[in-house]
Amino acid sequence: MSSIMVSRVKQKQIAQLISSGKRLDGRGLTDYREVQLEDGVIERAEGSARVRLGKTEVMVGIKIEVGEPFPDVPNEGVLTVNAELVPLASPTFEPGPPDENSIELARVVDRGIRESKAVALEKLCVEPGKKVFIVFVDIYVLNHDGNLIDASAIASLAALLNTKMFNYEVKEGEVKIKPGYTPLPVRNYPMAVTFAKISDKLVVDPWLEEEQVMDARLTVTVEKDGKVCAVQKGGYGYFTMQQVLEAAKIAREKAEELRKLVVKG
Amino acid sequence: MLQEMPRKLIDESGIRLDGRGLNELRPTKIEVGVLSNADGSAYIEQGKSKILAAVYGPKEVHPKHLALPDRAVLRCRYHMAPFSVEERKSPAPSRREMELSKVIREALEPSVFVEYYPRTSIDLFIEVLQADGGTRCSGITVASLALADAGIPMRDLVAACAAGKVEGRLALDLTDLEDKGGEADVPLAWMPNLNAVTLLQMDGMLTMEEFEHVVNLALEGCKQIYQLQKETLKAKYVTVKEAVEE
Repeated sequence: MSSIMVSRVKQKQIAQLISSGKRLDGRGLTDYREVQLEDGVIERAEGSARVRLGKTEVMVGIKIEVGEPFPDVPNEGVLTVNAELVPLASPTFEPGPPDENSIELARVVDRGIRESKAVALEKLCVEPGKKVFIVFVDIYVLNHDGNLIDASAIASLAALLNTKMFNYEVKEGEVKIKPGYTPLPVRNYPMAVTFAKISDKLVVDPWLEEEQVMDARLTVTVEKDGKVCAVQKGGYGYFTMQQVLEAAKIAREKAEELRKLVVKG
Repeated sequence: MLQEMPRKLIDESGIRLDGRGLNELRPTKIEVGVLSNADGSAYIEQGKSKILAAVYGPKEVHPKHLALPDRAVLRCRYHMAPFSVEERKSPAPSRREMELSKVIREALEPSVFVEYYPRTSIDLFIEVLQADGGTRCSGITVASLALADAGIPMRDLVAACAAGKVEGRLALDLTDLEDKGGEADVPLAWMPNLNAVTLLQMDGMLTMEEFEHVVNLALEGCKQIYQLQKETLKAKYVTVKEAVEE
């Protein structure tokens, strides 16, 4: 993902502006780009959402199927998160099996949802040890302009919140679909907040060119009560301990802001 | 064979199943220069975790188009042996192993002067022979020593250690059972000379205050690991020096 060229002059300009507390696109260091959210965009999916974070664009579709539970948690449904860096989204994305970037993206989003217990998986059991519902969260990146993690986390939560489960009954061990829907049981709202370290400063929601300049990346996911539920450092640079703790504090405020956009009422 | 989850992981006086206190590391043994073919190698036993690391390079890059004109590429493969866990793990790389290979590489790269070796690759292999929690941290600790053993110029050694929350209490260096039965796990890698956190992950749930405490606890663990790393390297080069002088 690192082969988009940013000229040396521009790299320097981005870094210098940030060291004086400004950004090339006019944002403050802790401002997000504009978030646009549409949900229910794919009728065939049980739930869906499309998020635009500046020019970054991510679609998430939720599909629900009946399958077997994991043997260690026979009474719980299964949640799986997968991310596709679709080649139409960037000249640096290539067709083929998921690379480490898409795996990391999916796993960071997964960790936020799983560790905050956002989806009530224990309510998705049909027959203990035999049949449960499997919730597939498929992240589809449509345009890459930086900060795919936050855009994907917002879109995933929005899609889960608008997911409708089909009603069903069990007849002779088989799941039969009945008319009507009930909402997927979602009880927590994790929000990922990603920082880039540039010129030794923390910058929220880096766009693509800032990602090319950054030394390192840090994502802090905060759930509805302000607890941290996932953290991931990325990139070849490092953070000082003070920066880590500062990031965690900023993340709590920013997560609150983002949550208001996604969770209504 | 599945391990049974015991009723309590920590007793009333703060003693854990393996007899450790809350702020204690597992008994840790490290050796360097354990494989003759590799340019650098090291082995660690941290509790029941047993991990081997080897470095090949700097050497010509294969395939060639991956070479960079101004620096070496550091490549890293974290891999678990099929027999390293309770239930056999398929030897094909899992999504977890791919993610860990990436974060481990990013944890070590800040320590290496990659710009000294343009158009080359430094290949790092981490094999987990037996896993009992904290393998990414032990992997980083041992891989950093393998890099040093290969004589690759470095800014500092990278020491790694995890801390977490188990049964409501904050604890250092979790075992597999403590990780699975606990509430949170925070692996951290640290370069003391630069005050640099080069790996930080978390899963579980912690309040902001707990998060701060756990991160600092992990840091204390890293400091102890760092001492061990230095002693291990020194011990090896004392024997090398003696052998040369004879």
